[in-house]
Amino acid sequence: MDDLLTEFIAETREMLEALGGVVVAWEATPSDRARLDEIFRFVHTVKGNCGFFDLPRLEKLSHAAEDVLAEVRAGDRVADPALVSAVLAVIDRIGELVQALETGDAVASEDDELLILALSQSAEEKEAAATAGAAGTVDSRKSIRSIRLSVDLLDRMMSGVSDMVLARNELSRRLRGAHNDLGVENAFERLSSCIAEMRDAITRTRMQRMDSLFVMLPRMVRDISAELGKSVALEIDGGDVELDREMIEMIRDPLTHIVRNAIDHGIEGATERTAADKPASGTLRVSARQSGNQILIEIVDDGRGIDGDKLVKKAIASGVLSAEQAERLSSHHRTALIFEAGLSTAKEVTAISGRGVGMDVVRANIERIGGVVDVESKPGQGVRLTLRVPLTLTIIPALTVSIGGQNYAIPRSATEEIVRARNSTVRIESIGGSRVAAIRDRRIPLVSLAEVLGIEHECPIEEQTMIVLKPAGGDDYALAVDAVHDHEELVVKPAAPVVMAAGLYAGTTLADDGSPILLLDPSGIAEAAEVVLDQNELDKLAPPAPRVEHREEGVAALLFRTFAGEKRAVALTLVERIEEVLSDTVKFSGGRLRIAIGESILPLEGCGDSVPEGQLRILRLSDGNSEIAYGFAEVIDLVTLGNELCPAASPGEVGGVSLIDGEQVEVLDSYWLFGQYAEGADLGRALVCALPADDPWMRNILRPLIEAAGYRTVSIGDPNAEGADLHFASAEADPPSDIAGTIIKLRARPEPSGANDDSIYRYDRAGLLTALSVHAGQKRA
Amino acid sequence: MHELLLIVTIAGQRVAIPAADVESVVELEALIPVPKAAAHVAGLAALRSRVLTVIDCTASLELPSGGSDRFKQAIIVEADGYPYALLVESVEDVVEVEMDVRPVRTSLKGGWRRVARGMIDVSGDLLLLVDTAALLAGPAAQAA
Repeated sequence: MDDLLTEFIAETREMLEALGGVVVAWEATPSDRARLDEIFRFVHTVKGNCGFFDLPRLEKLSHAAEDVLAEVRAGDRVADPALVSAVLAVIDRIGELVQALETGDAVASEDDELLILALSQSAEEKEAAATAGAAGTVDSRKSIRSIRLSVDLLDRMMSGVSDMVLARNELSRRLRGAHNDLGVENAFERLSSCIAEMRDAITRTRMQRMDSLFVMLPRMVRDISAELGKSVALEIDGGDVELDREMIEMIRDPLTHIVRNAIDHGIEGATERTAADKPASGTLRVSARQSGNQILIEIVDDGRGIDGDKLVKKAIASGVLSAEQAERLSSHHRTALIFEAGLSTAKEVTAISGRGVGMDVVRANIERIGGVVDVESKPGQGVRLTLRVPLTLTIIPALTVSIGGQNYAIPRSATEEIVRARNSTVRIESIGGSRVAAIRDRRIPLVSLAEVLGIEHECPIEEQTMIVLKPAGGDDYALAVDAVHDHEELVVKPAAPVVMAAGLYAGTTLADDGSPILLLDPSGIAEAAEVVLDQNELDKLAPPAPRVEHREEGVAALLFRTFAGEKRAVALTLVERIEEVLSDTVKFSGGRLRIAIGESILPLEGCGDSVPEGQLRILRLSDGNSEIAYGFAEVIDLVTLGNELCPAASPGEVGGVSLIDGEQVEVLDSYWLFGQYAEGADLGRALVCALPADDPWMRNILRPLIEAAGYRTVSIGDPNAEGADLHFASAEADPPSDIAGTIIKLRARPEPSGANDDSIYRYDRAGLLTALSVHAGQKRA
Repeated sequence: MHELLLIVTIAGQRVAIPAADVESVVELEALIPVPKAAAHVAGLAALRSRVLTVIDCTASLELPSGGSDRFKQAIIVEADGYPYALLVESVEDVVEVEMDVRPVRTSLKGGWRRVARGMIDVSGDLLLLVDTAALLAGPAAQAA
C-alpha cells in the first residue's frame, strides 16, 4: 500500500485512540469547550488529509461533522445529547472506514447518509435517522501491519548498530594479526555479513520518501499563485527518492520558503511574461534525485531570474560588501549574494516574502544538516536552486590521513583524486602570494592542512601528498597532508557544538584502535584557508608549462637503502624484479652466498656477511644473460641520475657517487658486479659432448661436470649424437669405431698406462676442463 | 528538599555539582587535540565506543592552567545529547544535603561568577554549587 496512505491510516488511528477518553468526557459534559475543540480538531484534520487522497466517504463524513461542530463552537447550535450521539456515531464510522482501508474490507455505505442526516437540525430528518438500524461494525481487527515508533528508539537501534560495526572492525583488526583457522575466519565472515544486513535494514527504518515533502506542494502553489494573481504550473519529479526522516523535516521549511519566493518574486505576472515572449503560465519544477551518497533537490523556475548586478549594488549600499570585493566577484558569486542576510531586492515586502531574512536562513538550515545550497540564474530566464543533502549521517566512506603525527578523516564523497607532490605531473607555484598546485593541465588553490589547523609541521610541501577535494557546492582545491593511510567506512557521530564551532569539522569517529578521529569538513577548511582564488582567474592563466626537468636526460635509477643503512642507487634498467623471499633460502655454499629462487640459484650480494632473519627483500638484477640477487632494506624512491658521476677510487661494487637531492649517493657498478659474479657465461652455441650410454660413471658423474661447465651432453646412439662436437670414451673400453670428431679418452687409473697414453685420468678435473675448453676454442676458431 | 551532590575539586577549589547531572567518574586515557577549537576544549577521548568532548575546567574558568596533562580524572556529563568529560583534579564523594542554596556573598573571580549557582552547606563547609552547563559552555559564551 502507498506509504502516504499508511501514514494517514496510522495517524488517524492514533488520533482516534487519543480521542477515546475525550469522547466519553464530552458525552458527559457537552458544554466542555476544550473537549469540543479536540474533537473538532480531529475531524478537521481528517477532512484536511482526505484532500490528498481519493476518499470521498471519509471526506463527506468528516466535513459534515466539522460543519456541525463549527456551529456549536460559534454558539449557533447547542450540543444536545442527540447531536453528541450523532457526532460520536460519525467518528465511529470514520474509525471503521480507516480500519477497512487497511484491511481491504468493505463497509456498508448506505448508513453514511443516515449518519450525516442525524447531524442535521430538522426533527424529521433526525427521526428518520433514529429508525435506521445500527450501522454494522467491522468485527475482528486484522493484524496491524505498521507501528509508530519513537525516534529515540530508532536512534538507539541505529547507535547500537553503529557500535556493532565498530566492534566488528576492531575484531577484524585483531584477527588480521593472528593466524586463524578456517573455522574462525568463516564465522567472522558470517558475523560481518549479518551486521552489514542489519545495518542496512536499520538505515531503511529511518528512510522516508520525498513524497512526504512534495505532497504539500500542489496545494501551496495553487494557493499562493491564486493569492498573487499569477499562473504557475507545478511539475514534480522524484518523489520516490528516500531520505532520512529527520533530514526531511529539516528540509521542509527551506523548501517551502524557496517555492514561495519563486512564485512571489521569480515568476512574473501574465502580461509581463507574454511581453517577454514567454508562455503566460510560469513553470515551477521541483525534483529530487540521488547522486552517490547525496540527494540533489532542484527547484527550477522560468521567471525573471536574479539580477546579480542589482544585488551587488544593494550589497554595497547596505555595507555587506566593499566596492573592491564586489569587483572581484564572479557572476556566480554575485547571484549567490541572495544568501546574504538582509539583502532583498524585492520591491515590496509581502506577507509571503521579501523581508530579506529568508534565503540566509534557508542556507543556514541546510548547512546545519551537512548540506549545501547553490544557485544558478540567467536574468530574464529563471532560477535554479540546488539543495544537496547527505544521504545518511551515520556511516560514511572516508580516507584517513595524517598531519604532524595526528590522524584525521576526510569524506570520500568530496575526494576527487590523490597525488604526491613529487609526482612529475604536479607543480607547485606561487601566484599572488598564495600557493597553487598545477596538476596536469589545470591549476587549483593549494591549502596546507597544517597551516589551517595551526599545528607545528616539519614535512616540506614537496614531500607531502595532496588530496584534490571537491567540497559539495564549492570550488575544488588541493589539500596537502603528510600521508594518506587507508580508506574505510567510518561510523561518524555529530561532534559537540563547541567542537563544531571551530568550523573545520564534520563529526567524530573512532579508529580501529579505538582512538577518536575528527572528520574534516572540506568546505569549512576551504573557508578557513580563505580559498579566494577564483577558479575563473586560475583558468585564465596560461596552461601550466610541462615540468622542465634538466634531469630528464639522465638515467632512471632506483634509490634504495642497504642493510648497512646507506643510500645507494642502481640503474633501473638492470632491475628485473623486486622480490621478498625467506632468508632460509639463502645459504653460504660453493664459496659464496647464494639464494634459491624457484628453479634457479643466484649469487646473493648486498648482504655483507650476515643475512637478516625472516623476510628478505632482493633486487633481481640482470644484464640480459645472467642474474644476480641484491639484498636491500627498503626502496626509497625512483630518481634520475645526472650525467655527473664521480667515479670511485678503485673498482668495486660501488662505481661512483652521484648527487641526488643534495645527498651523496653511491651508485652500483653493474659492470663490476656482473663481471665478478656472473656465472655460466654463454659460450655461444654450447659444445655438444657425446657420452657412452652404457657407462654409469659417465652418466652419473661425468655428465653433471660437463654440463656445469656449460656444455651440452647427449648419449651415443642418440640421433642427436650425430653432430656432436666431442666424444667421450672410456680408455678401458674398446674405442668406438664409427665416430668422426674428436675423442677424449678417460682412464680410471690415476697413472697413465704408458708414454703414449693420451687419455685423461677421469678425476683430473683441471685436465678435463682444459681439454674441453681447448676443443671449444678450436671449435670456435 | 534533599538532593545528592558530588563533591569534586576543580582549579584547586572544592565545589559541589548536582549528582543528577553526572553520569559517571572515569580515568581518561589518550586525549586527541581539536585544533582551532575554543581554549577550554582539551580534546577528545574515547570511552566504550563513545567519543567524549573533554573540557578543561580550569580553562573554562579563565584561570591559568597548571598543566592539564596531569589530571586525567573526569566526570562524564551529558548536554543536548552530547557526552562531555569535565576534567577534575579529584573526586571526593556523593553527599546528600538539604538543598538550601544561598546566594554567593563573596566576590568571585573571573569565570567562577559565570558557573556559580550559589553556595551550599556541606557538612559544615560552605561550598560553591556549580552549574555544569556553564562550565561546558566556556568563556566564549559571554562574548556571543
